[in-house]
Amino acid sequence: MTAVQTRIPVADAPAEPNRLRRGLPRIVAVAVVLVLAAAPLFLAPFATTTLTRIVVFALFAVSLDLLVGITGLPSLGHAAYFGAGAYAAGWVSINVTAEAPVPLLVGAATGAVAAALTGWITVRTGGVFFLMLTLAIGETVQQLANTWEDATGGANGLTGVPSVRLAGEPLVNAGYLYWYVLAIGVVGFALVWLVARSPWGAALRGIRDNEPRMRALGYPTAVYKYAVFVLAGSVAGVAGSLLVAQQRLVTPADLSFLTSSFALLAVVIGGAGSLWGACLGAAVVVLVRETLGASLDGHGPLVLGLVFVLVVYLLPRGAAGLRWPRRDKGRST
Amino acid sequence: MALRSTGLRRSFGALAAVDGVDLAVAPGARHALIGPNGAGKSTLFKLVTGTMRADAGTVELGDRDVTGLSEVARCRLGMSQTMQHASLFGSMTATETVALAVQRHDGSRITPWPRRQRAVRERAEELLAGVGLAGRGSTPVPSLSHGERKQLEVAVALACKPSLLLLDEPAAGMSAAERARLVEVLAELPADITLLIVEHDLDLVFSVADAVTVLHLGRVLLSGTPDEVRASEDVREAYLGAKRREELFLG
Ligand SMILES: Nc1ncnc2c1ncn2[C@@H]1O[C@H](COP(=O)(O)OP(=O)(O)OP(=O)(O)O)[C@@H](O)[C@H]1O
Ligand SMILES: [Mg+2]
Repeated sequence: MTAVQTRIPVADAPAEPNRLRRGLPRIVAVAVVLVLAAAPLFLAPFATTTLTRIVVFALFAVSLDLLVGITGLPSLGHAAYFGAGAYAAGWVSINVTAEAPVPLLVGAATGAVAAALTGWITVRTGGVFFLMLTLAIGETVQQLANTWEDATGGANGLTGVPSVRLAGEPLVNAGYLYWYVLAIGVVGFALVWLVARSPWGAALRGIRDNEPRMRALGYPTAVYKYAVFVLAGSVAGVAGSLLVAQQRLVTPADLSFLTSSFALLAVVIGGAGSLWGACLGAAVVVLVRETLGASLDGHGPLVLGLVFVLVVYLLPRGAAGLRWPRRDKGRST
Repeated sequence: MALRSTGLRRSFGALAAVDGVDLAVAPGARHALIGPNGAGKSTLFKLVTGTMRADAGTVELGDRDVTGLSEVARCRLGMSQTMQHASLFGSMTATETVALAVQRHDGSRITPWPRRQRAVRERAEELLAGVGLAGRGSTPVPSLSHGERKQLEVAVALACKPSLLLLDEPAAGMSAAERARLVEVLAELPADITLLIVEHDLDLVFSVADAVTVLHLGRVLLSGTPDEVRASEDVREAYLGAKRREELFLG
């Protein structure tokens, strides 16, 4: 009996460090969420609002990373779906109801429908054509927002969006609003994270690495790419609905090429394919743009351009490459 | 016939790479396709599997005409191929690579949410061990040697549960030991899998094949038993001709 009992820990011993290493990311993730949740308790309202914006932008960047980093579809017009979700959520808040799940669901549905309408042709192109087509979609949607004044308010944007309401109560307080945004952001992140780890996510990475080979293995790759394009559009739409909940305003700038490129920048800073990296990148982008940018005479984009160049040269794998140096020395190709 | 092609044709510009090929492969056959460089063997493979569209001609798998079907559909009907130039997934380990093929073909659902993939992994590792890659499962593909990658290609192809297995020069770049392991793998193939293999190593061909088709300049020069092919004057001529040309270019 004692012999058996002593043998078990011995047999288990080599597994211990492994289990710890596997458990660590989970512990860190829970800790990060707890700290984020507690943040408004000891932050000034202004800082809480910045944090809210970071969470919104992080969810948007994560949805883009699903395309760029995981599937290898470098979209230049992803803000179209973010903005479409924001406009739709704003419009429904003004004209129908601002009661909590409604603007959110409308944003998600609008992002998904917009992606579904534009995605089928887009995902069937590759390389430069994909870049140009997504760019063109972004520009077209922005033009639409500019000119369709009845619904979008034109160049002035959609103004006077009421506060989002939860069980009848408007979320006016910056802290409550932050918690609302954080809760949805965490759920959205978890959703994308689960997809990335699923068998379907493995297939998406296979498509990124070698699409012709995936077809030869019997994967209808266009269908997979279309589905992930729609999903990413939908998550971007959710992020858009959070944006309008925070800003209470949507302007054509929110679906501009600049917004798309900021999200791409966040993905690259974090390391394409790393979802938590995209969140980190989003934090950097928002902080530089809003905090530094103001003190630099509106040269925030310039600073971000420099950050981009530095990241590309110094950290080709982004922040994610910092944490886990690759150990495979024998890399030959 | 397990596979029948009729009048398959494919040109690149003025070059008729495959020029009206009729090919019949019997069920369960170990059929080799040989011919000098540039004969059109790889192109013929791609026409058969649907990787490339034929300009003319038909392909039948079993008693089914698959000419109009995509590569994806043909794969699901049991065609599985390895590429001449190993072409795999740069960010994956060997096990992940095989698992990708296993999950597609073993009836487990490809869900967009995580699920226990223990059976898939185990099957993948089994397949790796089968081709001589036991213990290499967690190695990233780019860190595998050239020969190991070719072995991995074979494991991936087998993971697709093929009824018709097409191997394009699987032994090219393999060490002698890896080559010997490949011959064993081919010998152990279940009898209901039909094998069509392109290979330059004629020793390997004659030790594996029970039928041989010789392709030359996009056309079938001869189709027969290994002995008939070995005895053929035309075949010797085609190979020697190619050799002479190479010498011309090199000299
Ligand atoms: N995609 C392509 N575009 C243009 N020409 C091609 C293409 N693929 C093959 N060819 C040409 O078609 C001919 C047949 O090529 P193929 O690769 O089928 O020959 P092969 O018998 O497999 O030769 P090898 O033994 O060298 O692999 C060659 O002359 C080749 O240059
Ligand atoms: Mg070839």
